[in-house]
Amino acid sequence: MRRVVATGVGMISPFGVGHEHTWKQILAGKSAARRVERFDVDDLACKIACSIPREGEGAYNPDDFVEPKEQRKIGEFITYGIAAADLALEDAGWKPQTEDEKCATGVVIGSGIGGIEGISETTLTLEEKGPRRVSPFFIPGNIINMVSGQVSIRHGLKGPNHAVVTACSTGAHAIGDAARMIALGDADVMVAGGAEAPITKLSLAGFAACKALSTKYNDTPEIASRPWDSDRDGFVMGEGAGIVVLEELEHAKARGAKIYGEVVGYGLSGDAFHITAPAENHEGAFRAMTAAMKRAGIEASDIDYVNAHGTSTMADTLELGAVERLLGDAAANASMSSTKSAIGHLLGAAGAVETIFSLLAIRDQVAPPTINLDNPAAETAIDLVPHKPRERQIDVALSNSFGFGGTNACLIFRRLSE
Amino acid sequence: MSDTAERVKKIVVEHLGVEEEKVTMEASFIDDLGADSLDTVELVMAFEEEFGVEIPDDAAETILTVGDAVRYIEKQTA
Repeated sequence: MRRVVATGVGMISPFGVGHEHTWKQILAGKSAARRVERFDVDDLACKIACSIPREGEGAYNPDDFVEPKEQRKIGEFITYGIAAADLALEDAGWKPQTEDEKCATGVVIGSGIGGIEGISETTLTLEEKGPRRVSPFFIPGNIINMVSGQVSIRHGLKGPNHAVVTACSTGAHAIGDAARMIALGDADVMVAGGAEAPITKLSLAGFAACKALSTKYNDTPEIASRPWDSDRDGFVMGEGAGIVVLEELEHAKARGAKIYGEVVGYGLSGDAFHITAPAENHEGAFRAMTAAMKRAGIEASDIDYVNAHGTSTMADTLELGAVERLLGDAAANASMSSTKSAIGHLLGAAGAVETIFSLLAIRDQVAPPTINLDNPAAETAIDLVPHKPRERQIDVALSNSFGFGGTNACLIFRRLSE
Repeated sequence: MSDTAERVKKIVVEHLGVEEEKVTMEASFIDDLGADSLDTVELVMAFEEEFGVEIPDDAAETILTVGDAVRYIEKQTA
């Protein structure tokens, strides 16, 4: 099979525009969580989220990426995806010109929920004003694969055009699937990742009803996301998009592209257990990690850093147990952290931004911290990187993503040594 | 320009993001103002909303220019 490397990354995160800016905030141990201000939260159990800043340092302005008249026609998750894809393609320096280059470049961008705001608003229009007032842009502006569609139209990418929907493992599955498309020869370059704009009253109410969200820290949002901590009580919702440009190794070398790392492993599994709860001992996660490791042809002792799914829910310790089982005696040599402690849970975009953090951990030889980890709920030999980043050797990084429905994805990246 | 024409023009400028000078009575939504078929559907909806008229699909199909829209609406609201 052909080898696949990452040559470009792009991100719109709860810290703002760009991976470098976001990475700096994460390494500084900052939290992006704050009280939700874009709608009234008085009657919601969870009143906090990690929203994209529209002013201040790193501020995101959608006009920089999408013409205002076009923004009106598309859901916000699509705008985030377009913006992150622009940044990733620019970072990769890949601008397909010839017909062959365009046909060899594809897109796989997913979303967990898609245009929930557009759907709920249009439902109200339908009720109040009737079907003749439903916009012709309602459907094409809210369906999930339209991020891939828009990105392909804007950049002339005529290769495989696909979209993944696997809840909170969407971003990881999109990147893993796209890497396989390159490995199998369907494309030479793929633009892959996830985009999500879930901070709406409806989704906060829905996830709170599932008892998935943090509700104890409405007055102190910056300490609400606390993976593995004894006082964790649910995840903090985030929004944004992460996009990675993946490329066949020789193709990347031939054009002198910078290479963040190689996608060496991808493992998938299903729990076949429960709609929202992970299987006992996170057995499905264990199998996904084992499959990814087998694909990568590495030993557990080769794994230096794990970017955990670690959502700040009860499931954190189950994931920890599964990783301990995977690593065995090598556990004491590995670092594992959850960047969700800083930026919250971006749902369908989580696995994509966490892929980028894993690649940056390899680039900078530093494990990002798990902030707010004051009192670990379980004893472990694994370094959970509390509070401060850890400078260390990172040649191999593993990233986990799990989703409702019992879907699990694991990606493994390796520093390219030549 | 009539009041109706002014209001139509404003809607067209807002929805299609075009410069005001381009929105002449003779301007074709698709050929001159860059609209696609979905844009024209949305424009007709906006006219209905603004003027409180109903524009049936077969009538909408005959509204190709800014002037067509103004004349249709003026006839309905006269």
